[in-house]
Amino acid sequence: MLQIIITLAIYIALVIPVGNYMYHIATNRKTFADPVFNRIDRMMYKVCRIKGEGMTWKQYAISLLMTNAVMVFAGYFILRVQGILLANPNQIEGMEPTLSFNTIISFMTNTNLQHYAGESGLSYLSQMVVITFMMFTSAATGYAACMAFCRGITGNSKGVGNFYEDVIRITTRILLPFSIVIGILLIWQGVPQTLAGTATVETIEGRLQDIAMGPVAALESIKHLGTNGGGFFGANSSTPFENPTIISNLIELYSMMLLPGACVITFGKMAAERKKEKTGNAVAKIKRNVTCFGSQGRTIFAAMSILFLVGLTVCYLAEKSGNPLLAEAGLDQTVGNMEGKEVRFGVAQSALFTTTTTSFTTGTVNNMHDSLTPLGGMIPMLHMMLNCVFGGKGVGLMNMIMYVILAVFLCGLMIGRTPEYLNKKIEGKEMKLVAIVLIIHPLLILGFSALAVMTGAGQEGITNPGFHGLSQVLYEYASSAANNGSGFEGLADNTYFWNITTGLAMFFGRYIAMIAQLAIAGSFLAKRRVNETVGTLRTDNVLFVFILVFVVYIFAALTFFPALALGPIAEHLVLWMP
Amino acid sequence: MEEQSKKTKFITKDIMKSAVIGSFQKLDPRYMIKNPVMFVVEIGFFITLVLTVFPTIFGDEANLRVYNGIVTVILFVTILFANFAESVAEGRGKAQAETLKKTKKDTTAVLLMKDGSEKKISASELKKGDIVIVRTNEMIPGDGEVIEGIASVDESAITGESAPVTREAGGDFSSVTGGTTVVSDWLKVRITSDPGHSFLDKMISLVEGASRKKTPNEIALNILLISLTVIFLIVVVTLYCFADYSGVEIPVATLIALLVCLIPTTIGGLLSAIGIAGMDRVTRYNVIALSGKAVEACGDVDTMILDKTGTITYGNRLAADFIPVEGIKKEDLIDYAVMTSLSDATPEGKSVVELGKTMGTRMEESVADQVEFVEFTAQSKMSGVNLEDGTQIRKGAFDAIKKYVAAKGGKIPSDLEKIVTDISSLGGTPLVVCVENVIYGVIYLKDTVKPGLVERFERLREIGIKTIMCTGDNPLTAATIAKEAGVDGFIAECKPEDKIDEIKKEQGEGKIVAMTGDGTNDAPALAQADVGLAMNSGTSAAKEAANMVDLDSDPTKILEVVEIGKQLLITRGSLTTFSIANDAAKYFAIIPAMFTLVIPQMQVLNIMKLSTPFSAILSALIFNAIIIPCLIPIAMKGVKYKPMRSEKMLLKNMGIYGLGGIIVPFIGIKLIDIVVTPLLALLGL
Repeated sequence: MLQIIITLAIYIALVIPVGNYMYHIATNRKTFADPVFNRIDRMMYKVCRIKGEGMTWKQYAISLLMTNAVMVFAGYFILRVQGILLANPNQIEGMEPTLSFNTIISFMTNTNLQHYAGESGLSYLSQMVVITFMMFTSAATGYAACMAFCRGITGNSKGVGNFYEDVIRITTRILLPFSIVIGILLIWQGVPQTLAGTATVETIEGRLQDIAMGPVAALESIKHLGTNGGGFFGANSSTPFENPTIISNLIELYSMMLLPGACVITFGKMAAERKKEKTGNAVAKIKRNVTCFGSQGRTIFAAMSILFLVGLTVCYLAEKSGNPLLAEAGLDQTVGNMEGKEVRFGVAQSALFTTTTTSFTTGTVNNMHDSLTPLGGMIPMLHMMLNCVFGGKGVGLMNMIMYVILAVFLCGLMIGRTPEYLNKKIEGKEMKLVAIVLIIHPLLILGFSALAVMTGAGQEGITNPGFHGLSQVLYEYASSAANNGSGFEGLADNTYFWNITTGLAMFFGRYIAMIAQLAIAGSFLAKRRVNETVGTLRTDNVLFVFILVFVVYIFAALTFFPALALGPIAEHLVLWMP
Repeated sequence: MEEQSKKTKFITKDIMKSAVIGSFQKLDPRYMIKNPVMFVVEIGFFITLVLTVFPTIFGDEANLRVYNGIVTVILFVTILFANFAESVAEGRGKAQAETLKKTKKDTTAVLLMKDGSEKKISASELKKGDIVIVRTNEMIPGDGEVIEGIASVDESAITGESAPVTREAGGDFSSVTGGTTVVSDWLKVRITSDPGHSFLDKMISLVEGASRKKTPNEIALNILLISLTVIFLIVVVTLYCFADYSGVEIPVATLIALLVCLIPTTIGGLLSAIGIAGMDRVTRYNVIALSGKAVEACGDVDTMILDKTGTITYGNRLAADFIPVEGIKKEDLIDYAVMTSLSDATPEGKSVVELGKTMGTRMEESVADQVEFVEFTAQSKMSGVNLEDGTQIRKGAFDAIKKYVAAKGGKIPSDLEKIVTDISSLGGTPLVVCVENVIYGVIYLKDTVKPGLVERFERLREIGIKTIMCTGDNPLTAATIAKEAGVDGFIAECKPEDKIDEIKKEQGEGKIVAMTGDGTNDAPALAQADVGLAMNSGTSAAKEAANMVDLDSDPTKILEVVEIGKQLLITRGSLTTFSIANDAAKYFAIIPAMFTLVIPQMQVLNIMKLSTPFSAILSALIFNAIIIPCLIPIAMKGVKYKPMRSEKMLLKNMGIYGLGGIIVPFIGIKLIDIVVTPLLALLGL
C-alpha cells in the first residue's frame, strides 16, 4: 500500500511542471527549448507549406480525418505486403486482410488492440514504420484535438488552432524528446534495441529456444508516453524484454500517466487565462492561482483522482484477498491472487498498473487481466466504460468535460439559472452533441457485446464458460470503444467477426466522439460570453468535485450495471458464496 | 394535498374534472409522441397488453398472464398520472382564461367612416387602422391608441383594479385595451390590432397554454431526457441478450418494467406541467409574459434598471423629520406641525401626522374638531388652521411663509435659510411652520423608499443581481435616495437614451438586463433589454416592445418575476436530479429480482430485502408511477425559493433532491413491497 502512495505522490510532483510546459506549447508561449525547436518546426512548416492560419472546428476536424485517412491507407498497404519489404530478418509474411484492417484502425485510433502477436505477426519494418510511427501520430492527433477543444471551450483565440501546426509542435516538442529520454532509460534497465533477428540459444536443459528481440525500447517509450499500449511482443509489458525491473515498471507507469494528467493542468491554465484576459487589472491576484493548477483544472483533476483512487482501492483489495477456491485447495493466498502476475511486480504494482493502464486508456499490461479476480477485473473494465478517469491522449479530458457539462446542466438549473460553463451558455445544440458522445459509448460496447453473444461467430471466440465468458466479451469491446487496447486475452479474437467488429468499435468510438467534441468547442467559441457574478454556479469548488463524481457514477456506471451484474459481479458472488 | 387545496385552491373541482378527462384524451399516441419519454412507456404498455392476452407470444412462459396484466395496469396508470399532471397545469391556466374570456363578449363598435359618418359593426370585424368612437358606458372594442378625447376608463376586467384610470390622446396614457369600459366622456380610438390578435386574445391563449412553445432550456433538457431514454433502451435490449447467453430467462414484461423504471419518467411526466405552471404563477401576479423564454431569461438577470419614481420610491413626498429653528423646542414644532395637518387629507399631511405620532406628539386627534382648517390653494401656497382664539398656524413653502410672517411683522430666524437650502440640496422639500408671526421650524418632506425594498435589494445583491436606479433628479438628490435604498448604482438626470446606453453597456459585459418602463420613449430600451416589463398603463408602443406586461402597473413586480423565473428553473433542475437519482434504488430492486432464480447469490444485492422477485419488480414500478402525482404539488407551486448564495443553494437543493432522490425510493419501494406482498400472494405470484 505504501509503495502505491509514494508512487502517486511522485506522480503529482512530476505532472505539474509537465502540465505547465504543455500549456506553453498549446498557447504558443515561449519555452526554454524554443531556440532549437523553432528552427526545426519552421523548416517543417516550409517543406509542408503550413501557414499556421487559425481553423474553424470544421476545418480542423476535416484536416484531422484526412491526415488519419492517408496514414491508414499507407499503413494498411505496408502490413499487407510486409513479407516482401525490407527489415524482415524473421521472414514474416503479409498480414491477412481483416487482421490488417483491425490492426491499422487499432493503431490509428490510439487503441492498440492487438489480435496478433508482435514477434510472429510483424516484420521489424512494420513495427517501426507502421506501429511505432502511428503511436506517435495517433497520440499527437489526440492531443491536438484536445488542445483545439480546450481553445474552443475556454474561448481564448479566434479559431480552434491549426491542426498541422499542433501535430508538429506536439511531436517535436513533447513526444520525440520525452520518448528519447524514456527510451534511453529503458535501455539502461535492459530493454533491447536492436535490428538483429531472433537469437537462438541453448537452454540449460540442452534444448534450443528462440529469443525474440528487435527495436523494442523505441517502441516501448512511445507506447506508454502516447498511452498507446500495443506491445512489441504478445505478452506486452509483462515480459522481461519489455519491462525488466521494478524501475522500468515505474518509468512505464509514469510515462503513461504523465501527459493525460498534464492535459488537465493545461486546460486549467487556459481556463484561468481566460479570466485573466477579461479582468485585466486583477492579473496579479489570479496569477497566484495560475502558477499551479488553474481552478477549473483542479476540480477536474480532483474528480478524476477520486474516481481513480476508488477504482484502485477496489482492485487492490480484490487482488489482495486472493482466490477462495485456491485457499480451500490448500494454496497459500496471503500474498493475494498471483495467477497471471509477475513475481517481480507483485499484487500492489500489478493492481496499480492495471488500474492505471485502463484509466489512462493505455492498454499496456504487466499482468494478465484475464486472471484477475472477478472484482479486480471489473475495475479495469469499468474505467474503460467510464472513459474519463484521466483517459488517454487528451480524449479523457474531453470526455470528462462532457460529464462536466451534464453536471453543470443539472446544477445550474438547481440554483435558478440557465446552465453555463466557463461563461458560455449550454443550450440545445451543445446538449445534442453531448448526448451523441454519451450514447455512442454504451451503444458500441453493449451493442457489439450483445451481437457477439447472440451469434455463433462471436461465441466461437469465447474461451471461458459462464459469467467469465461474458466478462471477456464486455472487456474486449470496452477496450475497443474506449480506445484502450488492452486485452482480457484468453479471447480467441483473430477471426473475421472479432477483427471487424472491434475494428468498427474502435473507429466509431474514436472519431464520432472526437468530431462531436470539436463541434462543441466550435459552438462554445461562437457563443456570447456571459457575465459571472456571485449568483453564477461555481465549478471550481469541492462541492462541484463531488457532484461531478456523482454524475459520472450515476450516468456511466449505472448504464453498465446490469451487464456488469451478469459478468464480474455474478462471477464474484458465485466464487465467494458457493 | 388536502391541506394545500384549502390554502391555495390548488385544485378546484372543475379543474379536477377537466384534468381527469384530459389525462384520458392525451393517451392518443399522436399526442404522446410529443413527449418521447412517456411515449416509450406507452409503447411498453401496448406490448404488455398484448402479453396479457397472449402470454406466450414472445416465448415467455404461459403462467405469466396475471403478472403481465399487473404490469400493464401500472404502466397505464403511470401514463395517466403524467397526463394528469399536464392537464392540471393546463386546467389552472384555463380557469384563468375563462375569467378573461368572459370580458371578451362580442361588443358592437361604432366605426367612424372616412366621410365622417358612423356605422355600427361587430367588434370582431374591426381591422387594424380602423377608427372607432367609444362613448360613456360603452366597451372599448379592441386594443388601440386614443387619437382624440379624454375619458376615465374602467380597466378592472383586465387588471382587477377597481379605480378608473384616465386615458387621453397623446402622451403616455393614450393606449387602451379591448374589453375595458369607458365610464365618463368619450374617446376616439385607432384600432391597433387585427381581430384575434388583440392583447386579450394573446393573454387568453397564453394562459391557456395553447400557444406554448418549448423554451430553449426546456428543449435542451428534453434532449438530455431523450438521450437517457435511448441509453436505457440500449441497456435493456442488450441485457436481454446477455441474460439469454448466461442462461437467465427474463420475461419481456420484466424488461419493460426495468426500462420504464430507468428512463426518467418522473421528470418526463412533469416537465411540461412545470413549464405551464411557471407561466401560470407569473400570471397570478397579474403579469402577462408574452413568451416562456422571457420568464426563463428572468432567472438569469444580472442587472436591473429601475426607475426611481414609482418603483423605488412612492413618488409622493412624505415627512421625514422636523427641524426646529434656533430657540424653539422640537416638541413644540412637532405639535404645531401635527395640528396643521390633522384635517389635511393630502399624503404629505397624513405623513406629518403619522411621523408626529411616532415622535411622540402631545396633540390629540380630537383637536381637529376644535379648529378651523384652511386648505392649500395654488395662490396662498400654504395651509393651516385657525384656532378658536384667532391664532393662525400655517405651514407652507419657504417663500410664502416668509412673506406671510413679514406681513405680520415677524422676524425671519437667521438659521432658517440654511435649513431650507440643506433640505433642498438633498432633494427634499422643506415646509416651513409658523404660528402667527413666529417661525418654529421646518418639516422635512422627502421622497420615501418603499418599505421592504432595502432588504430586497440586499437579497438581490446576495444572488448576484445588480440594481441601477434611473432618475431625472440632480446627482445629489439621486445619490441620497440611492444610498437610502441601497441600490448599486444610479443614473441622475437620466434621459431615455441614457437607459439604452446603460443597457448596451451592461450587455456588452455579457450581462442579462431587466428593466421596467411605461412611456413611449422607454420602448427602445424595453426592446433592447433581455427582460422588459411594461406597465399596462403605459403606451402600446411600450407594451409591444416589452416581453412582459404588468396589468397592475406596479414596477416593483419585476423583482417577483425574477424570483419566479429562478424558481421555475430550480424546480426543473431539482425534479430532473431527483428522477435520475431514483435509478440507483430501482436497480437494486430489479436486478437481483431478475437474476436471483438462476444465481441465488444475487440476493446479496437485494439490500432492501424485498420479499419476492415479483413483488420487487412491481414495487419498483408502482413507486415509479405514484411518485408522479406525489410531486405534482411541487411541480405546480415550484420548489421553495429563498435568495441565497449560489453554493449554499446548490448544496441545499442537491441535499434534498439529489441525496433525497437516492434515499427516498429505497424507503418507498420497501414500504410498497410490504403492502403488495400479501396481495400478490393471493394472486399466486
